[in-house]
Amino acid sequence: MEVFTPRSLAEALRLKAEQPSAVPIEGGTDVMVELNFDRARPEALLNLNEVAELRGWSRDNGLLRLGASLTYTEAMAAPLSEQLPALAEASRTVGSPQIRNRGTLGGNLGTASPAGDALPPLLVEAAEVELSSVRGVRTLALEDFLVGPKRNALEADELITAVLVQPSGARQTFMKVGPRNAMVIAVCSLAVSVDQERCELRAAYGSAGPVTGLVTAPLDEVDSFPERVAEAASPIDDVRGSARYRRHALRVLAERGLQRCLT
Amino acid sequence: MSTPATRRKLELGRVGESVKRVDAVPKVTGEFAYSSDLFAAGMLWGHTLRSPHAHARILSIDISEAVGLAGVHAVLTHDDVPGDKRYGLEFPDQPVLAFDRVRYFGEPVALVAAEHPEQARRAAAAIKVEYEPLELVVDPELAADQPAIHPQHWTQGHGYRDDPRPNVVRDMRIERGDPDARADVSVEGYYELGIQDQAFLGPESGLAVPDGEGGVDIYVATQWLHVDRDQVAPCLNLSREQVRIHLAGVGGAFGGREDLSMQLHAAMLALHTNRPVKMVYNREESFFGHVHRHPGRIWAEHRANRDGKLVCVRMRILLDGGAYASSSTAVTSNAASFAVGPYAIENALIESTCVYTNNPPCGAMRGFGAVQTCFAAEAQMDKLAAELGMDPVELRLRNALASGDELPTGQKITGSMPVEEVIRRAAAIPVPDPEELPRDPIRLPGGAGNTTRGDGVQRGVGFAVGFKNIGYSEGFDDYTAARVRLFADTDGDLVAEIYCAAAEVGQGVTNVILQTARTELELENVMLAPGTTGEVGSAGSASASRMTWMATGAVQAACRAVRDELDRRGGGLASGDEIDLERIYRHPRTGPLEPETGQITTERAHVSFAAAAMRVVVEVDVDLGLTRVVWIGTAQDVGTAVNPQAVYGQIEGGTAQGLGLALMEEIQTRDGLITNASFTDYLIPTALDMPPVVAELVEHPEPEAPFGVKGVGEPPTVVSTAAVMSAMRAATGRELNRVPVKPDDIVFSGS
Ligand SMILES: Cc1cc2nc3c(=O)[nH]c(=O)nc-3n(C[C@H](O)[C@H](O)[C@H](O)COP(=O)(O)OP(=O)(O)OC[C@H]3O[C@@H](n4cnc5c(N)ncnc54)[C@H](O)[C@@H]3O)c2cc1C
Repeated sequence: MEVFTPRSLAEALRLKAEQPSAVPIEGGTDVMVELNFDRARPEALLNLNEVAELRGWSRDNGLLRLGASLTYTEAMAAPLSEQLPALAEASRTVGSPQIRNRGTLGGNLGTASPAGDALPPLLVEAAEVELSSVRGVRTLALEDFLVGPKRNALEADELITAVLVQPSGARQTFMKVGPRNAMVIAVCSLAVSVDQERCELRAAYGSAGPVTGLVTAPLDEVDSFPERVAEAASPIDDVRGSARYRRHALRVLAERGLQRCLT
Repeated sequence: MSTPATRRKLELGRVGESVKRVDAVPKVTGEFAYSSDLFAAGMLWGHTLRSPHAHARILSIDISEAVGLAGVHAVLTHDDVPGDKRYGLEFPDQPVLAFDRVRYFGEPVALVAAEHPEQARRAAAAIKVEYEPLELVVDPELAADQPAIHPQHWTQGHGYRDDPRPNVVRDMRIERGDPDARADVSVEGYYELGIQDQAFLGPESGLAVPDGEGGVDIYVATQWLHVDRDQVAPCLNLSREQVRIHLAGVGGAFGGREDLSMQLHAAMLALHTNRPVKMVYNREESFFGHVHRHPGRIWAEHRANRDGKLVCVRMRILLDGGAYASSSTAVTSNAASFAVGPYAIENALIESTCVYTNNPPCGAMRGFGAVQTCFAAEAQMDKLAAELGMDPVELRLRNALASGDELPTGQKITGSMPVEEVIRRAAAIPVPDPEELPRDPIRLPGGAGNTTRGDGVQRGVGFAVGFKNIGYSEGFDDYTAARVRLFADTDGDLVAEIYCAAAEVGQGVTNVILQTARTELELENVMLAPGTTGEVGSAGSASASRMTWMATGAVQAACRAVRDELDRRGGGLASGDEIDLERIYRHPRTGPLEPETGQITTERAHVSFAAAAMRVVVEVDVDLGLTRVVWIGTAQDVGTAVNPQAVYGQIEGGTAQGLGLALMEEIQTRDGLITNASFTDYLIPTALDMPPVVAELVEHPEPEAPFGVKGVGEPPTVVSTAAVMSAMRAATGRELNRVPVKPDDIVFSGS
């Protein structure tokens, strides 16, 4: 297996165009697990760790640009955590300190698992994904980027370069249910926001359907919203939990989330 | 010549002092060499092809493609087993490599040795095995009426109660007094336990090195070097002397390394290729590589009088042993022996049955049968207390077992049995006040998940008591050998080298041995030689909470013999001289139980007993079914603490393992297939799930034990599952009769 380590974004995009089967690797917290378990044997890895353009975050005219290499630890730190509080809360639920130091937003989007914890808070904040290739740059709404369980809209020659968010300023929170108190894949999760300005309730659930799903309602439908969230999800029974429990938990989380964001 | 200085009084490192573990720093810094770190020049990598079926006939095995692949040096099947085709810890019912049929998911079918582990895996994938699925036996309640998984009834004719039904491993009955005795009140319950895994962090691994003369050296993480050797040698068709087992760094054991895993397989490949062969299971494979804790179903009825005195206990225990016997017969008996808990009782009927199924094989795990019944029995005691309107601690005190009492097997307890004191001490530890809100959600149920700010959270306090045996039981001839070589170094100073094959599995027996030798020899300069079958007799198993007692006894005996010899020689040794003596220690003899009534046939069936009591505080978010264990206070009957620091460590670790069974640990299966063979989905407690533990050591020296020691590793695991569940019931008002408790059980079940 070959490992390419580009030093710039341009070089990374060129390599990806030349060898579309090369698997991008950022923190490796998903890729290395696949390799260790012998579930994947890619011909080449495209190591993005030396690409400075993907790191950190910036703000331009209020628009936040989160680099694909942004780690959970970085997302938890102020002042970013004040701009995107639900993403910060979600980041805190991810794995262990080691995983939070290595795992990135780009990787979470690349994996596109319905259990990806960065996804619900980003959906609630109407984030867009910036995809780049030698052909150019395009942006997709996160909802359109997530096309199925562990499937996304990346073309073979594209890389995720950033997540773009216009912070809503709405009260928001993230909650994740797992049978132990840390280091657990979500049995189900929910990000909730109450946007007083736009008069909108927003919620996005994880691990309760084939993709992370967004549910919205007018502000005056607070009472029926928890039920609506539970109804919108399409959970299954698996080793981590039952469909019945997941639906129930989403209802409880929605109630609690609204309460947090309304008081 | 010896100088007076070599026999000076020592300040440090003797029995009873807290001594830092010799392996502590290397383990924490990552420098400790585990069995998976072994390396030999020119070594090959072994890999095991495993069954994808839980029960199937093997029609054919075609290795022709695999042998031709790059880097492959050997592909072996059952045809290549040089000697006996089967082995087993107690009954030789387990094929070295499957022939005719496979009986569980993940059973070894063929072996590959190749230059690179990846090549070995690929070659294994190229082996074509044709299977014909057979009727599955996966429901333990139906197993005795289904076709026999083992045509030969291996466990019959060993002095157990006759039960000719197919798939019965052991059927056991303890009948005491009048099992129909009536009383003022009666409570009934049904309880269930899932399959717990030892979940040791160091997967099965080791290295086999051919000695060039037909024999083999096996370096492996194991619990009992000599019993490995005794199983390996006949299957390799070698003498015991030709097989030497050496202890490699053990990354946890908890019973799961009592049975063989890769020992025989690596040795077969090494002898076949005449190259060293290393095998390391990955995490998924490790779930197939060792036996687990028996899942159980337990029916119980407790009858008591208004004053709280227990009159009669009736219990029926059904254990699922999985595909092979392993130590199931002993687990079945232990479950029955300790079913009532540490309470004096005159009338009892306890039936305990273990069956073969096509589920994952089960055997030894910390607590060994007593965990299962303690969970049921203590839930019954809480139920009884509620029925009587009595304080649950008071109810337990009224029935507390004491020295001089008789167990349901008729055995009179002659040693120390301070159950009452253990209960009083645990109950007296002050319970912390409820924490105020608001607080960091990480300190609430759901932890890092941020699921509550206090909504739905209810607090509960529970209590439980448990006990189990120390050492092997029912007539097993158990002994431990130790050898001491005392010599004078070039400066003329005396140095002692201890040889003992006791497996250091993380429990701290190395320190126990060194502390014993330092105390006995009054010498600071004491070393422990690496554990091997080549240099000393058997130490027996690092299990049954026996190793401290047995190693202490053996080392003490050998040291005393050496000291006597030194005195005979005038108290000193010349440089270059040495005294080298080996001694064997045996604990008091036990005898079998009468097969029909489960009553003792000699003075005792068990050597000794240790008890623990525990109070647990939990907070449960009853709307989501999530739990935070807040605090644990415990008192444990430890005899004499050889190394108190290590005893506290055992109490905390053992408690965590029982907490795991209560709240999250379960191997899940569908039609015999394991569906969560990973640490992503088999959850064990993290630092955030484990509360602070306040532990008190109750020290009453065991009269018949060296230094008065008792084992300490198992009682915390026995009691903690029951104690956590007692608190869970108090918090939720739910019955919660199955562990691990699932959020669903809290949210949906009726109270
Ligand atoms: C112990 C452990 C605990 C975990 N806990 C959690 C958890 O609680 N919640 C959670 O959501 N996840 C968890 N994960 C999964 C993982 O940490 C996250 O999905 C993380 O965000 C992945 O980021 P990474 O940088 O490590 O990705 P990598 O492993 O490097 O990559 C992941 C995927 O994204 C692709 N990719 C990466 N970067 C790009 C890019 N710039 N353009 C295109 N494709 C790209 C890769 O090719 C790969 O398919 C855990 C993993 C482990 C090992």
